[in-house]
Parts: sequence; structure tokens; C-alpha cells
Amino acid sequence: MKEVVTEFTEELAANGGSSAALCFQCGTCTLKCPSAGLRTALRPANIMRASQLGLKDEAIEDYGLWQCTTCYTCVEWCPRNVQVVDVITALRNMAVADGEMYENHKKVAESLIKNGHTVDNNDKIKALRKSLGLQENPDTVLDDEKAKADFDRILKATKFTELVNQ
Amino acid sequence: MTKYALFLGCIAPLRYPGIEKSTREVFKALGVELVDLDGASCCPAPGVIKSFSKATWLAEAARNLALAEKAGLDIVTICNGCYGSLFEAAHELHEDEAALEEVNRILAEVGLKYSGRTKVKHFAEVLYNEVGIEKIKKTVKTPAAYNAAAFYGCHFLKPSKLKQLDDSEDPTILDDLVEAVGAVSILRKKKAKAICCGAGGGLRAQFGETSQKFTLKNLEIMKNSGAEIIVDVCPFCHLQFDAGQKDSGFAFPVLHLSQLYGIAMGMDAKDLGLGAHITPVKL
Repeated sequence: MKEVVTEFTEELAANGGSSAALCFQCGTCTLKCPSAGLRTALRPANIMRASQLGLKDEAIEDYGLWQCTTCYTCVEWCPRNVQVVDVITALRNMAVADGEMYENHKKVAESLIKNGHTVDNNDKIKALRKSLGLQENPDTVLDDEKAKADFDRILKATKFTELVNQ
Repeated sequence: MTKYALFLGCIAPLRYPGIEKSTREVFKALGVELVDLDGASCCPAPGVIKSFSKATWLAEAARNLALAEKAGLDIVTICNGCYGSLFEAAHELHEDEAALEEVNRILAEVGLKYSGRTKVKHFAEVLYNEVGIEKIKKTVKTPAAYNAAAFYGCHFLKPSKLKQLDDSEDPTILDDLVEAVGAVSILRKKKAKAICCGAGGGLRAQFGETSQKFTLKNLEIMKNSGAEIIVDVCPFCHLQFDAGQKDSGFAFPVLHLSQLYGIAMGMDAKDLGLGAHITPVKL
């Protein structure tokens, strides 16, 4: 028997996924989804259904949840104006809050914490930037300690590092 | 003179600085002033960071928006991901007073405030709607007479209810922009339709093989249409196609629209960073 979590609908809505309730299971999202079309595990309509029914585990542990590129094709076609990508994002947030984070996603998050960017700078890029007449480091948090400290403070206020390292 | 804060993001300055350089040069030539947004960070990336923590995503995006507001400038992005993140964050903070209040409580810790005024634009949108096709045509020195696969990516036009730039299923902006400098928009001509590049949503980072399937499907569509080059408006799509063609049997030169424009305006390929691409740019 699958467990129905009654608070799940509220939790999902608090994370920006309330529009799942509007879904009437026509399946257009799955039909138009390029990821589903490439035979991945993603079936957006199934995720919307599990969300409506309060099947939290089924929704957040669905392997297909992380096979979405957030291309928004489903949102363009949905006749019920379900914000499918927002629902998927909300469910992903809930999965990560439960400690479920893929190794390489953790690396991207760690780069954000370290650099303020999803990727780092390196010697090859610095040389290339210089040869193009650009500064070795762009004028971002990478080149501004005060700005990076501000960036870090916002990460701290939103408990990002704790989330990634839990 | 039109003036914008240039939002760099991550992949352009740190993997394809040629895109940054080309954008700076092309916009200068077209009379649009770009001011560096000092101290900006990652947008943060909509597919990964927003998937992990919407709270962090919104607060850090608000910091970037607040920096532009403080400078009294609207933002122009050179990446679909940055455009998606910052546009949607700006929209959310404009519509949701409670969210704006919460974000400002956090921004106050770093001496910033965001009142919701910053507009976020995509560079291709600025080229099309503000510079205009006619003015672009006049700057062409060497027509870029290639069959170009104009690749929109996803977050430039979608969600179209929010972006309101073009019909996401049958768009024309980018096709017109590549044709303005002498190329033939070959996917439009052959009525072929590309799909998502496959990089977003954390797929490229974690599920490389799946991500590559999207790329190969697109490359097949482009080949069948007779494309000679790929023109993108997003450094992440750019990375996906440039790196994704390695050992694939395909070898389309991949150009960010700003690089195509640089070539058509007679700039040196070396100054546009074309030599640094993984798939050689043989034009």
C-alpha cells in the first residue's frame, strides 16, 4: 500500500507547486516532453498525478524527476495551465531537503559556494581571456572580495551550505 | 544611446570568453552601451541551483537585480539560463509582495534593497526589438552566407506567457536575426524543428549520456536539413553542441549569435575567440 501524506499538498504548494491540483491527466505534457520522447524515465503526467494524490514518496523518489531539462514544452502545451516545471522544481527542492542529492549536482553546488559561479576559472581560461583583451577574472564576485562576502552571507541566510553538506 | 548592465553569468566568461568579447564588440558597433555589473554572481542557474533551493536561488537572483537597480540600469543577458533565472525572479518579486519582503529582509544584511524595478532582457531581444533588423543589415561587411541552424534553446522564449517575445512553437526572431547578416535560416526553410539541447535541469552535470541523446537528435535534424553552422543564443547550448560533437561524427562550427555578427561585421575570428572552440570553427 502506498502511503498518502496528507500535509504533502500544503508542502508542495509552499514550494511553488500548487498548480499540480489543476491537472486532469490528459497526458499532453508526457506526449510533448522531449525527455520522455528519448525514452528516459520522465513521465510528467505521472508526477502530477502522484502529487495530486499526496503520494509524496512516489513523487519525490521518481527517477524521472531528475530527467527533466526544464525546457517548458509541457508548460507551453498544458491545457490546464499547470506550471509543470514549477511542480518538478518544488519536488526536487523537497527531495534535496530530505538529503537526496546526486554527486555531480553536489559538485555544482560546491562550486557555487566556492566561486559564486557554477564553474571555476583556470589558467587556460585566464590566458584566453587575456589574449582577447579581457581581464583574467571577470568583474564579478570572482574579482571582488566584498561582493563575494555579500554573496556568502546570502547563502548563509538561506542555509544553502547546510543543505548541500547535510 | 541605449545603455544596459551586462550580466555575464558563468559559462560565457569562464568557458567561452569569446562570447563575452564578441558581445562587447558587436554591441559597441551597434551603438548599445554595456556597463559591467560589478560584483554580480551566478544568476543562479535555474536548472540546478533553483532545483536545490528556491530560497537561495531567489535571494541571490534578487542580489543581482538589486545591483542593477542601484546602478540605475536594466539588465541584458547573453545566456538563456541567466535570462530565465533573472527574468523569472524579477517577475516573481514583482508579483509576490511577501516574497519581495522576505528577500529584502535578507538583502538588508548586505546593505542592499530591491524595489522591483529592474527589467531583464535577452541580448537577442535587444538586437531585434531595439537595434532592429535594418540597422543590423547596414553593419554587414562580409555577409555570413551559410546555411545556419538557428537554435533558440528553451529559456529565451519559454514560458512564452511570461516572456511574450514570440510564438514558442513557430518563432521567427532568431531566424530573422541570422538572415539579417546574410545567412539562410535552414531549419525554418526546411520546416524542421529542433528540440531542447539537453544541457539544462542538471542533466549535463549528472546524466551525461541522456543529455547527449538530446544533442545527437538535434545534430541529426540539422544535418538532414543541410545546415553548415549552428547559431545559438546561449553559452550553455553552445557548450553542449561544441563539446557534444566530439567523437560524434558531426563537426558543425558552433557560433553564438554575437560571434556570427562579429564575423559579418568584419571582425577577426581570433578576436572573437573562435580558435578556442572544441569543434574547430572552419568557415
